[in-house]
Amino acid sequence: MSGPKLCLWGLSRCLIYFLLLNVFGLLFHLPMAAAQQRLIALDKLQSGLAFTGPEILDLQGDDFANPGLPFLEKGAKLWNQVSGKNDKSCQSCHGELKSMKGAATRYPAIDKASGHLFNLEDRIRHCRQKRQKAAEWPLESEELLSITLYVTSASNGMPIKVSIDGKAQSHFEAGQKIFTTRQGQMNLACTQCHDQRYGIKLFTDKLSQGQPNAYPAYRIEWQRLASLERRLRFCYTGVKAEIPAWGHEDMRDISLYLMWRAQGLKIEVPSVRK
Amino acid sequence: MTTARLQLPARIVEGDVFKLRLLVQHPMDSGFLRDLEGVLVKRNVIRHLQCIFHDKEVFRVEPTTGTSANPLFEFYLRATKSGELYFRWVDDKGYIGELRQKLVIEPANQSKAPKP
Repeated sequence: MSGPKLCLWGLSRCLIYFLLLNVFGLLFHLPMAAAQQRLIALDKLQSGLAFTGPEILDLQGDDFANPGLPFLEKGAKLWNQVSGKNDKSCQSCHGELKSMKGAATRYPAIDKASGHLFNLEDRIRHCRQKRQKAAEWPLESEELLSITLYVTSASNGMPIKVSIDGKAQSHFEAGQKIFTTRQGQMNLACTQCHDQRYGIKLFTDKLSQGQPNAYPAYRIEWQRLASLERRLRFCYTGVKAEIPAWGHEDMRDISLYLMWRAQGLKIEVPSVRK
Repeated sequence: MTTARLQLPARIVEGDVFKLRLLVQHPMDSGFLRDLEGVLVKRNVIRHLQCIFHDKEVFRVEPTTGTSANPLFEFYLRATKSGELYFRWVDDKGYIGELRQKLVIEPANQSKAPKP
């Protein structure tokens, strides 16, 4: 009696499994196939400025009161300042600042000698250590941020264009994976806020697209200049995830992904952010 | 080291009320915040800032921990003769910052040209 029924059930179950497998297979393969698909179209990219209020716009646009300007001046001083055992300043090798034009649009990039992914701060620290033989500037120190701001300012108004070919590809993929993976006690992925929900409000502020084109930025909340790395760490705090150590490769990977994602967006420093 | 910048109008005519903006570079550590390593940063704010013009105090602020880092002070003055603006400020550590700026006032009757 129950024989044919069971058989039928078995068949349909097989069919369901088969379908499910296919669906999972598709889901599983989709991100791979679309590894370089943009979640925000290039013409929809907006700088963080588009999401801040008029006060921040005014402050950033003010040629006198912009709180990033003193740091820019400090960066200019450091550029010409001779230091280290080799008695060299940045200026003695690189000349005027215009030689740095476009540099900030290309970082993070692979360092040819070591094969590591360097962001601009890493490059400057490396240069200071190897070429100047000078005392190290710790990450997030005012000196390092000021000189980074100064170097970045040479690329002001230029579109971002990082390379994700060759050795950078694995870093890019790692960054993309972090960006699209849920994490932390809040169980949120970066992409859920910054790709899917930008423009709507989170508490009192608008969610931005999370664009990296204005860093190092003066953050009102911290009352000082801050690197992209510090901003990313703050996002980790936001989703209550475990924060990687300072200088961790993960942060460089995400930065690379963010810079690729922001391709074409213009560098704007000195900038002010909430 | 603290430094400061002052912004003045390009021309000031006798009797004009003009705006001054003074940006003082100062961390204004409130004493409530911790640094990146979690160590409490000792309070260090500007306690007293004044502007002296022709030996007279024309502006004074006594900021507290509620004032942001790198504070911007904006105020108005009316001057009838040229002189030197002298700014002086003291912070919790006892550091004294100073800024001197020559102020050139154009006589009123000579200024036929329209104001910018």
